[in-house]
Amino acid sequence: MSDQPTDAASSTTFDRVADIIADTADIPRETVTPESHAIDDLGIDSLAFLDIAFAVDKAFGIKLPLERWTQEVNEGKVPAEEYFVLKNLCARIDALVAEKAAKA
Amino acid sequence: MRLEYFEMIDSVSQLDRAAGRIETVALVPMESPVFEGHFPSYPLVPGVLLTETMAQASGYLLLAHLDFRLMPFLIAVEKARFRAFVGPGTRLDVEASLEHDGSGYAVTKAAIRREGKLVADAELRFRTMPFPPELEPPMRARAAQIGLTGLMQPVPTESAPA
Repeated sequence: MSDQPTDAASSTTFDRVADIIADTADIPRETVTPESHAIDDLGIDSLAFLDIAFAVDKAFGIKLPLERWTQEVNEGKVPAEEYFVLKNLCARIDALVAEKAAKA
Repeated sequence: MRLEYFEMIDSVSQLDRAAGRIETVALVPMESPVFEGHFPSYPLVPGVLLTETMAQASGYLLLAHLDFRLMPFLIAVEKARFRAFVGPGTRLDVEASLEHDGSGYAVTKAAIRREGKLVADAELRFRTMPFPPELEPPMRARAAQIGLTGLMQPVPTESAPA
């Protein structure tokens, strides 16, 4: 398996994540796009994002490192878009899944 | 239980940190101002306080799991069910198990039983955050008082002897 997520993998991941967001945050599925910013565009608050994180963790068998991401954003080390724009979030999910598979 | 002080858990009977599981006991008092209104002449423990009881059992489990590094705060209650009336003087066995250990949050499943029969259950979600400085000492004191601290044996590692 490649270290870099493929477009196909990301696309599949995006569909699954978009479904989770639509179901969990009660957002029309068609408004969720790869370019959507979860907070700025979709209006997902921190509590709802935890609901989504739980659903993503369960669906993909991973642990989104939310504490580290939050710290990096708060300290200005990483722009929030890197984690909260969905195409970027999906790429990180793919990377976490690949990392877990490599350890197995 | 001291209902009006939100001290729901009286003692911890078992703690398995490796398995992520806790068993606690809560004794419903014979009298409480809560029963004056819920309900007049027909005292019942409100469902919201049974939920709080499950949340506190879960909270002590998480405090042990996190080794008091973070404080859990209840953020969501899912699938709460109240299956029987609970009146004054009842002994409740309250158990909680760690369902998911997330980053910055945790999920538990909790249940309350009376004489082995299920009274209430729920899935609870917590945000886990650094302790507000003024909160950590009283939480540690209460955990010691109910016997949690004494049961917090180190979790065995793979290299440690069984």
